[in-house]
Amino acid sequence: MQIKIFGPGCAKCHQTEDVVRAAVAESGQTAEVVKVSDMLEIAAAGVMSTPAVMVDGKLMSLGKVPAKAEVLSWLAS
Amino acid sequence: MNSERQPACACAAPAAPAAPAGLGRYLFWGLPLLAAWFALYRFLPDLSRWLTYDLLGLAPGGHLADAVEFFLYDTPKVFMLLTLVVFGVGLVRSYFSPERTRSILAGRREAAGNVLSASLGIVTPFCSCSAVPLFIGFVSAGVPLGVTFSFLIAAPMVNEVALVLLYGLFGWKVAGLYLATGLAVAISAGWVIGRLGLEHWTEDWVRQMRAAPDMAPEDRLSLADRVEYALEAVREIVGKVWPYVVAGIAVGAGIHGYVPQDFLAGIMGKSAWWSVPLAVVLGIPMYANAAGVVPVIQALMAKGAALGTVLAFMMSVIALSLPEMLILRKVLKPKLIAVFAGVVGAGILLVGYLFNLVL
Repeated sequence: MQIKIFGPGCAKCHQTEDVVRAAVAESGQTAEVVKVSDMLEIAAAGVMSTPAVMVDGKLMSLGKVPAKAEVLSWLAS
Repeated sequence: MNSERQPACACAAPAAPAAPAGLGRYLFWGLPLLAAWFALYRFLPDLSRWLTYDLLGLAPGGHLADAVEFFLYDTPKVFMLLTLVVFGVGLVRSYFSPERTRSILAGRREAAGNVLSASLGIVTPFCSCSAVPLFIGFVSAGVPLGVTFSFLIAAPMVNEVALVLLYGLFGWKVAGLYLATGLAVAISAGWVIGRLGLEHWTEDWVRQMRAAPDMAPEDRLSLADRVEYALEAVREIVGKVWPYVVAGIAVGAGIHGYVPQDFLAGIMGKSAWWSVPLAVVLGIPMYANAAGVVPVIQALMAKGAALGTVLAFMMSVIALSLPEMLILRKVLKPKLIAVFAGVVGAGILLVGYLFNLVL
């Protein structure tokens, strides 16, 4: 499983990364967490509001810090 | 349109609701709070007078008493207004997203598109840190360049914090004028840029980029989620701007109490024609948000500065910022940035002269 976090490096983007990493650790799954901060890559992924989270090529959350429970539900499905 | 314009970014959209809470709980607490809000708001002038003259025992009419009363009245007033309006705008904004706005704007004709785009700029959550992905997202999906610019100009310029402060300190007429002229500048500047046909002055790779498919997850927020979103917006925005508001009102109070009336009429009054362009130029490198600028502006006006000059200054500070231009440099060639600054600057200049002439 690959999780991409899109964000140019703002406070909320770091929070998102922390939440996602914590959720991955809690779920016990093996997932690769990648932080994407390049504006062009962000735009190429179709993201217009950051922070955004993509799980296996599917955008799950846009423009907000997701709750840990939310991230866990993505990991479970 | 977030009031903040930090290039380091403070991404606009508030965090997700942690856990769904019942709407009933919000109604139970919300309605009495709202009633208390109105009661306290009405009582504020008396309260500030009582604090200044009875509790602190200052002699009426003195410089210090003037300054203290101004501060004690304006600070709670502005915070109360800010909280209520940011909450309301947060609720509205939970219904809009950049993705949704883009699909509304894609393929629109100019003129009508510019009007729609500038209006959507007010209600769509926006943060200048994602200006670049947003610009690419809009243009690659077929939103005309000028229509995209109308959005990018209106989003930061016409923001709820600016409107609240203008309303709180000058009344609804000035706030309404700011809203109307801010929109007018965004609409017409975007339209002019569109008419000039400057698509070739965007960076080459931007034009080659194909639209990424819209993959935004469906949002199925309940009303309780939206209330939570709005509360988060209040926590975030008020939490971020309060030091600027207090500092701004304190400076305003100082000028209010100590600087003589009409002190500024000579340099910032209507008769000084050069004061408007000067205000616009001074505003560009200034890096402030509306929250900090407005209270200072009020004090300037109270001392004889002309409304047009002062509004031009404020628009320039928040709509033409050097940090945002540097961010946009990634997608625009320098010539287009210069045109953008020139056209918007000219619009603000016109607004300044118009107000000085009419009022």
